[in-house]
Amino acid sequence: MTEPRLDAVSDDELHAFVDAQLHADRLPAVLAWLLAHPADATRVAAWQGQRFLLRQLAQAQTQAQDLAETPAALTDVVLRTALHGRRYDVWWQAAAAVLVLALGVGAGHWWGQSEATVAHWDGAGSGPNLARAPRDESPAFVRDAVLAHAVFVPEKRHPVEVAAADQAHLVQWLSRRLGTPLKAPVLTDRGYSLLGGRLLPGEGVPRAQFMYENAQGARVTLYVAVFAPGQAPVPTSFRSVHDGANESFYWVEDHFGYALSGELAAAELQVLAREVYAQLTQ
Amino acid sequence: MGVEQTLGHIPALRRYARLLTGDATRADDLVQDTLERACGKWSLWQPGSALRAWLLSLMHNLHVNQRRDWRLDDGHAALDDVPEPAHEPLAQLGEHLDMRRALAALPPPMREVLLLVTVEEYTYAEAAKILDVPVGTVMSRLSRARERLRELMDDPGRAQRVAALQLVKR
Repeated sequence: MTEPRLDAVSDDELHAFVDAQLHADRLPAVLAWLLAHPADATRVAAWQGQRFLLRQLAQAQTQAQDLAETPAALTDVVLRTALHGRRYDVWWQAAAAVLVLALGVGAGHWWGQSEATVAHWDGAGSGPNLARAPRDESPAFVRDAVLAHAVFVPEKRHPVEVAAADQAHLVQWLSRRLGTPLKAPVLTDRGYSLLGGRLLPGEGVPRAQFMYENAQGARVTLYVAVFAPGQAPVPTSFRSVHDGANESFYWVEDHFGYALSGELAAAELQVLAREVYAQLTQ
Repeated sequence: MGVEQTLGHIPALRRYARLLTGDATRADDLVQDTLERACGKWSLWQPGSALRAWLLSLMHNLHVNQRRDWRLDDGHAALDDVPEPAHEPLAQLGEHLDMRRALAALPPPMREVLLLVTVEEYTYAEAAKILDVPVGTVMSRLSRARERLRELMDDPGRAQRVAALQLVKR
């Protein structure tokens, strides 16, 4: 592009001025031009007015109640794919494992480095029953819990559906929807306060997620699954699964499945998990 | 993280679609189609590139196709179905209504550029990439959009007539 003379200002530059995309070097020239050309100044003022009005209109729409709440139909499109994708991965990994074994190559060499590794947890303060489970062998509800954690923890505007301010109402509402009395553990002694909760789709049944936050803004979620008689996975004591930065502890007791997830060191999360477990079994 | 990253962008997509289509139901249909396409084409998204811009370009392509399908309908629903204004202060109501009507009367290619640049605050180059047109086209559409809006806003009654005229012309 050839350098325009200082006094020659193009229409493109006038638009750039309005949209705050003008190079700072050209600002004096544009201002001088507008002073000297009242007709252009009128146009620019009108464009600025339009811009202001359009942005105000967008702002008003954002605040409108029906835009503040995302319809479930829209999130479901994504969640269905996300969940389906994970399950597909699991199927594919299983198929790949069989293939590797069939080929008789040193499967353990590279496969052993993937997540499908079983190792007994040897972290500080581990109980005798604590085992690190391969993610793909964890019950389906745990995978859903990990996904729900990943989806809603980064949410700025609506991390929870019902805020903790109305805690009695929140617990009552989730209990009614899950068809059994629930409890929201209190973790304030550990520095985490309840933000609120939300109802989520599970395997054909509703599930609950409680979200907690500490003073630094770190969030942990407790995912609760209620199983119909005979549907519950085999009862387990604490197990942990690891997915990227996320650490989850889960356990199954009676007809409940619980998963506590957070981007915390396993030992740190384990302390919280034991606290939650203690309160829930009181 | 996979396709669930799109969830955080839904509110912005809905807002943009609503301004683009001028109709709440059609806007959400467009967002739903966009999300479905994003899920289907997820492998084509390059991690690290701007996800919002990618989603908007998917939405733009769908919008272009729908415009072809609904050519006779375009602009019509927008005028019949001005969104519920109850939440706005009375003083702004008139101006906002005028702007909604004027926006609906703009040809869609102009409307898209105007919204991407002013509301979404994309640079001209980014808008060009989203719409898959040269920057020069963005500038000429922007310029025409603004001049057209100026005429429409000076004479709000005109928006209705222009839209009616467009229906006949097509």
